[in-house]
Amino acid sequence: MSPKRTPLYPAMAELGARFVEFAGWEMPVQFSGPIEEHMAVRQAVGLFDVSHMARFELRGPSALAVIQELTCNDASRLVDNQVQYSALMTHQGTVVDDITVYRISEEHYFLCVNAANAGKDHQLIQLSVPGREAELSDVSGFYAQIALQGPAAEPLLQSLTKIDLESVKFYRFAIGEVDGARSIVSRTGYTGEDGFEVYAPSEDAPRLWRKFMEQGRSFGIRPCGLAARNTLRLEAKMLLYGNDMDETTTLLEADLAWILKMDKGEFLGREALRRQQQEGLKRKLAGFEVLDRAPARDHYPIHFNGQPISQVCSGSFAPYLRKNIGLAYLPIEACQPGTRFEIAIRGRQVPAQVVPTPFYRRQKKQQT
Amino acid sequence: MAQNPEDCHYTKEHEWIRVEDGTGVIGITDHAQSSLGDVVYVELPGLGDTFEPGEIFGNIESVKAVSELFMPAGGEVVEINEDLTDSPELVNTDPYNDGWLIKIRLSDEREMEALLSVTDYEEYLKEEKEK
Repeated sequence: MSPKRTPLYPAMAELGARFVEFAGWEMPVQFSGPIEEHMAVRQAVGLFDVSHMARFELRGPSALAVIQELTCNDASRLVDNQVQYSALMTHQGTVVDDITVYRISEEHYFLCVNAANAGKDHQLIQLSVPGREAELSDVSGFYAQIALQGPAAEPLLQSLTKIDLESVKFYRFAIGEVDGARSIVSRTGYTGEDGFEVYAPSEDAPRLWRKFMEQGRSFGIRPCGLAARNTLRLEAKMLLYGNDMDETTTLLEADLAWILKMDKGEFLGREALRRQQQEGLKRKLAGFEVLDRAPARDHYPIHFNGQPISQVCSGSFAPYLRKNIGLAYLPIEACQPGTRFEIAIRGRQVPAQVVPTPFYRRQKKQQT
Repeated sequence: MAQNPEDCHYTKEHEWIRVEDGTGVIGITDHAQSSLGDVVYVELPGLGDTFEPGEIFGNIESVKAVSELFMPAGGEVVEINEDLTDSPELVNTDPYNDGWLIKIRLSDEREMEALLSVTDYEEYLKEEKEK
């Protein structure tokens, strides 16, 4: 099966994108180079095509109840125009997918899910719908999804929309026109930087992309690929499904307790997670720094007290921090910052150390 | 794009070697650095290590991938490019000069005859692209 292309493929090819296959899509891995792109997001603004993500809508009087049953976070706390990071769960308390839930109105939700999991997510939700007053639709094809990330994202986007972006706070969204195209504009992202994701009608997306590039020139905009997206999210310790958590890791082991709301009522996996809370965790996802110039990459073996214990989940050179960092599941007694362990890099035992996360935290705007 | 110099010999694995008074200076080609992307780490052998032609002598890592380095010719390592420890990006910015990797005392200068000339190498790149 040949990979699919997003509506932005030609616009990105024009800019010299180098494409790779990712989750069944032909996506840009880089434009000018991952380090330059990464730095542009930290210091100016980067433009990403994330249209490969899947997008669903769930409507009806029971829509909230369906979301509440399948996810670990408490969607009843959402108000209109608010976004929530959450996860679809298995009954073992492990993760089917990490998702964002948008409340458009009390009976109308918009979900953004990972491309690789779109099929099983849709199936899981669809199975909960029969007999309920809820209707699920896959609107992935209707929208393209463009992320503008970095300190200059707001002024750039503001130059093309009448939405008052300053009033759209972190994890909030507005619906309005961006260069004449009716879009969902949310203050969200996957880079650890301030920025927006624009869900625009597919047919308008190439024009918007080119407009962002043109208007963004004076802001130092760079088109960015998957390589920079990965290093940016890793520095900010945002997890990558499939690498850092999946259906074999519980929400607690993945260090996602902050999106677990045990008191919200029954949901898939709640009992298993309660049991794990009582018994205590045996392992947890921890951040580490390699004490060597060699980067530790995905799947490299990890040794603790001379024993092989796990593998690197995500590991990379971190372009902004200029360090080699990563995430791995470690025995709970090894998760304290400062704990040393070894990573086998091409047969060599290289020292690494647990460090506090996130590795990178952006400076919040000064209140004046 | 850097020009592929005429005074180098090339391999199909995209290394180059330049002979200067019995010493072979070795690096990776412009095509190789461009395919790799931003180089962040270069793992080189120790001084005095000896290699046969085609042997792996190190690794080069970009943000996205690790690639093995293959010896264009046999010999003993007499110098490594220390600048790459702090500035691995030299491999990207100047692959044929400041971004060189190692120097070897050549076992046999005649081994150059088995390598590609610049014309052959560029022809090879063209064929690969059309595949």
